[in-house]
Amino acid sequence: MLKVLLARAHQGYRTVAYPAAPPTLPDRLRGRPHLDPTKCPPGCQACVEVCPTAALKIVAGKPQLDLGRCLFCPECERACPHGALHFTPDARLATSHRAALHFDGRELELARALDEQSRKLFGRSLKLRQVSAGGCNACEADLNVLTTVVFDLSRFGIRFVAAPRHADGLVITGPVTRNMRLALQKTWAAVPPPKLVIAVGACAISGGPFAGHAEQHDGVESVLPVDLFIPGCPPHPITILDGLLRLLGRLTPASPGKEIS
Amino acid sequence: MNAPAPCLIHNGEPVALSRVPRLSWADFRETVLQACEREGRVAALFGQPLSDDTLRLWAVLAHDDTGQLQLGYTEVGDAYPSLTPACPQTHWFEREIAEQWGVKPEGHPWLKPLRFHPSHRSGKDAWDRAAEVAIEPCVTDFFRVEGDEIHEVAVGPVHAGIIEPGHFRFQCHGEHVFHLEIALGYQHRGIERALVGGPNGRTLPYMETLAGDTTIGHTLAYCEAVEALARCSVPARAQVLRTVALELERLANHTGDLGALANDVGYQPTASFCGRIRGDFLNMTALLCGNRFGRGFVRPGGVLFDLEESRRADLLQRLTAAAADTANAVNLLWNTSSVRARFENTGWLSRDHALALGLVGVAARASGVERDVRAQFPSGHYRFAQIHVSGDAAGNVFARAYVRWQEIQRSLAFLQEQLRHLPATPLQTTPGALATESVVVTLSEGWRGEICHVVLTDPAGRWAHYKVVDPSFHNWMGLALALRDQQISDFPLCNKSFNLSYCGHDL
Repeated sequence: MLKVLLARAHQGYRTVAYPAAPPTLPDRLRGRPHLDPTKCPPGCQACVEVCPTAALKIVAGKPQLDLGRCLFCPECERACPHGALHFTPDARLATSHRAALHFDGRELELARALDEQSRKLFGRSLKLRQVSAGGCNACEADLNVLTTVVFDLSRFGIRFVAAPRHADGLVITGPVTRNMRLALQKTWAAVPPPKLVIAVGACAISGGPFAGHAEQHDGVESVLPVDLFIPGCPPHPITILDGLLRLLGRLTPASPGKEIS
Repeated sequence: MNAPAPCLIHNGEPVALSRVPRLSWADFRETVLQACEREGRVAALFGQPLSDDTLRLWAVLAHDDTGQLQLGYTEVGDAYPSLTPACPQTHWFEREIAEQWGVKPEGHPWLKPLRFHPSHRSGKDAWDRAAEVAIEPCVTDFFRVEGDEIHEVAVGPVHAGIIEPGHFRFQCHGEHVFHLEIALGYQHRGIERALVGGPNGRTLPYMETLAGDTTIGHTLAYCEAVEALARCSVPARAQVLRTVALELERLANHTGDLGALANDVGYQPTASFCGRIRGDFLNMTALLCGNRFGRGFVRPGGVLFDLEESRRADLLQRLTAAAADTANAVNLLWNTSSVRARFENTGWLSRDHALALGLVGVAARASGVERDVRAQFPSGHYRFAQIHVSGDAAGNVFARAYVRWQEIQRSLAFLQEQLRHLPATPLQTTPGALATESVVVTLSEGWRGEICHVVLTDPAGRWAHYKVVDPSFHNWMGLALALRDQQISDFPLCNKSFNLSYCGHDL
């Protein structure tokens, strides 16, 4: 017992200050992209050509990046000879609508809080059931990590539960493989209403690198309506946490890193 | 007539297809069986379709004692006599061949689908299912034990935790498990099929997500295959940084596993501490390349990100802190008798079984089988910097936990040594055109064990065929055997001690 107590003292207090203070993120993190269309010469397709998931388009001479398809890989940034596109370490990326993920360089419309009635129900206690439907275990790992002392998800009243019947919603990862479609639908049917769907990662939003494969369904929206989109490959845990807190109205859209209550 | 001279190559040594002997069925069979009798093993066995009527069966046999890989192929029609009755290692491979190409291994004792998808050759089905019949996941004949008070427990595909899907079917008498059958395929995304004709823009994302917790391991095997086919020499600094990333991946996962094992026996201190320290290691990978899983780091010809002086010092400092924290957290396990008792009394797998099944990685080493690609088939920087093979003969959960702890300590020491000085070379070269009509086998020791990629090129230097063998493919059957005569309540602990990949298996 004494050894355990000594170990506890050695390991220290390790919970992040976020959201009371901005998160500490790796300087090389490829988070929210920065686009500067004024630097794009006419006809240049350098970034479009290297994008593995066709997330980039040039619309009226300006780059548009679908964050739902983007794998946040370094290819476009490296291919751009004009510095018109680079990733910043800003981890705030979650949105309430698929369309909001079509990023053209202007301010991203981050996830809005649920309506008042839903916030009354879920705002201080949200139980989620996770379903991996073809996820590669990276999104799953960074969801799991939210339950460690570092992120301590339960301090916000959010918990992952074992049974769909105990859940207020599903957190879904993976492109929804053909072989998981039925299991996902059954799990969804077992969640009592009102209920939420949260799609985590490029696969769950768009099929990710597997988009178009006959073995999968190009993401959750083909099966269920989605309330929160959290892009990334995988999203950083802070991106996921930020999205969840926004959904519950625990952050104001304008003051990131600040809790309302 | 004598069999042709064997084609022996090294890890990452390309060879022209014309140099690989085409064997008669009898010689092919004899080659596989003889290799396995002498503690050789099947690293890969797969079909390559040549036409609607002909399937080329490839075997890659690994000889751990000499560090050589033996290649050979034969050609079969719609059926051939199964190797599995004489060589259990081929059990899973033959099921895969049957499912993918509709070729029947006749006499296979356990011929069921592996991933539950239609055959890749229309009109050919190993189970003679009609084309219009939908194939439902895990709808198959499960082995059943009959008798008084025998009952069956079915678990999954959706499990209680945040974990990938799979189906487990237990034959029980009370708590006692007679048999566990594992049915997978829920994660099948069709990657191997999509790789043919590459490389293209999607190839690297496929590699990075084959098994997302093994991004570096699989991407490394892929890049080494490209580099071998292009005869491209990777700069020394990139070689070292690749080993840094691979060992960080091992450290993160092994530490996480020890925490999860502690959790499964209800020992919270180590569970809590290791859950956090695992993240510290992931953050070190993010320090290197911006992504906690190493995405965007390894590329054909080298690596994309440097570890400049300040970053190197930062990483060393973080490693020192993590080493102290990990030792502090993990040693609690060995000092707690209730943890030791649960670990020691659960999940045995004998050395004989490990050899017969062709197990790899931590699971093999914990059953007294000395197998480690880094030592026996070294590539890249491991050719110059050795790392000791860890091991334990007990074959139980304790051994699988303790081997992880040995490897954590050795990886930490290895990294601290390697990071003292980094070679001053560029980070990348550009690989040229790929050798045409060639084959290359690359092995890398991922944190779960041996990752094997076999790449065949066509006359244009594109992928004519791409075979991926994740270590989990070898090891799932090991978990099934380790659960025999255990309590069903031991399953989570036993499962975690293997911690196999579902998507790496399902591809």
